[in-house]
Amino acid sequence: MAKIKYIEFNGTEHEAEVANGLSVMEGAIQNDIPGIDADCGGGMSCATCHVYINDNEWLKKLPEKEMGEDDMLDQAYEPKSNSRLSCQLIVSDDLNGLTVHMPEKQV
Amino acid sequence: MIKTDVVIIGAGPTGLFCAHQLGIIGLKCEIVDNLDKIGGQCIELYPDKPIYDIPAVPECTGEELTNNLIEQIRPFNFNFHLSDRVQELKNENDKWIVKTLNGKEFETPNVVIAGGVGSFEPRKFPTKSTEKYDGKSVLYSIKDKTIFKDKSVVIFGGGDSALDWAIELSNSSKVTLVHRRDEFRGAPASVQKIKELSDNKTIDLITKYSIKDVKGNGSLESVEIKSESGESKVIKADYVLGFFGLIMQLGPIAEWGLNLDKKTIPVNTENFETNKKGIFAIGDICTYPGKLKLILSGFHEGALAARGCFKYARPDEKYRFEFTTASSTIKDRLGVKE
Repeated sequence: MAKIKYIEFNGTEHEAEVANGLSVMEGAIQNDIPGIDADCGGGMSCATCHVYINDNEWLKKLPEKEMGEDDMLDQAYEPKSNSRLSCQLIVSDDLNGLTVHMPEKQV
Repeated sequence: MIKTDVVIIGAGPTGLFCAHQLGIIGLKCEIVDNLDKIGGQCIELYPDKPIYDIPAVPECTGEELTNNLIEQIRPFNFNFHLSDRVQELKNENDKWIVKTLNGKEFETPNVVIAGGVGSFEPRKFPTKSTEKYDGKSVLYSIKDKTIFKDKSVVIFGGGDSALDWAIELSNSSKVTLVHRRDEFRGAPASVQKIKELSDNKTIDLITKYSIKDVKGNGSLESVEIKSESGESKVIKADYVLGFFGLIMQLGPIAEWGLNLDKKTIPVNTENFETNKKGIFAIGDICTYPGKLKLILSGFHEGALAARGCFKYARPDEKYRFEFTTASSTIKDRLGVKE
C-alpha cells in the first residue's frame, strides 16, 4: 500500500491509498481522480496517462523506463525529461509518498 | 440513401464479429470506419503484437485476428465505408438517418456503435497559434508532396512518418527535423539515413527541442522552438509538419444525445441498447457493471446486440435461435455446400 499524491495542472491535489500491484494510473482511475485518461487501459499504447515527476529524488528512485515508454511519450502532450507513463509505475510500499503532476491535458 | 438493417460504426474486432452475427441471423449491415483500413485498434496500435486471450486461439497478432474476422464475414459481402466518419444521427419516423463526413446517407432501424475509444485523429501541436494555419501550412499528413518543392519545411517527430518524410522531402526542399530527444523510434535504417543527411548538411537536425510558437503575416513565415531549459530558436518555415501518431477522440458521438459516463456509453446487458431505441453500443466504448475491456467481451456484446437489432429490423418475424452446426438456413447464408 502506498499513499500517492496526484496534482492536477490547476493545482488541485488528490491523495489516494493505492494497493500494491496496481499502477499509479489505476490508482487515479479507481479513485475518480481527473487528469489521467488512460484510453488504452494500461497497454502502453496511447500516452494518455502521462505524468511529470517533479521531485528529482523520486525520478531517480522510480524503476527505469522499459523499452517503448519513451517512444510512446514522444506522442504525449508536452513531454519533458521528467515525464512518465503512470500505467508503467507499479505501486509497492517503496512508492509511499510519491507525488505526480498531471499535464495541462492528455491529448 | 442506402437502406439497410444495421449501420455499424467501427470496423474493429467487435464491429466485425457483430457483423458476422448479423449475417448469421439474416440481417444486412453497412460498416463505417474512420481509418483507411479494417481492424481498428488491432491494426492501428498493435498489428504485430501478440494477443494471448482470444478463446481457443493461444496466440495471434492484431493483424492475424483482423484477417480471420474479415475471412469469417466474407460470405455475407457486407460493404465497408472506410476513411469516413459518421457525423450525424437523426431519428425520422422510427428510422435512423445516418450521415457521414463524406456525404453518405443511410436509413436504418439500428445503429451499432463499436467505436472503441472513438475515432483515430492525428495528434496536433499543443500550441494554439498553429490552429489558424491548420490544413494550409501546418499539416499532420501529406496528400500532395509537390507543394513542398523548393520550400522550407520544418518537421516535428521521431517516428517513422517524421523520418521517412524528412528523407523524402530533403530531395527537393529545405528540411529541418526537430525532435524532443536524441533517440528516435523509427526504423534503424531510417535513423541511420537521417544521421548521414544531417552530417552532410542536407538536412538540419535539431534535437531536445519542441515547438513553442508559429509566426506569420497572413501566410506562415517562421516557427519558434524551445528547449526544456528555456532556450529558443526561430527557424524560417513555409510549412510545418507534425507527426506525433494518432489519438482517439470520441468526436461526434458525444453529440448524439446518448447518456455518457466519461468517454463511455452506458448500456443494458440484455441487448446492449443505449438510452436511445435502436442505438446499441458494444466493445470498449460501452460500459455496464463488471465491464471488461477485452476483445472476447466485445464478441459477446456484439452477438447479443445483433439479436437486439433483429427485433427492430424484422418487427413481424420471430427470432429463432439456431446453432451454426445444425441449421441449414445458416449454412445457406454462409454459402456452405452440404
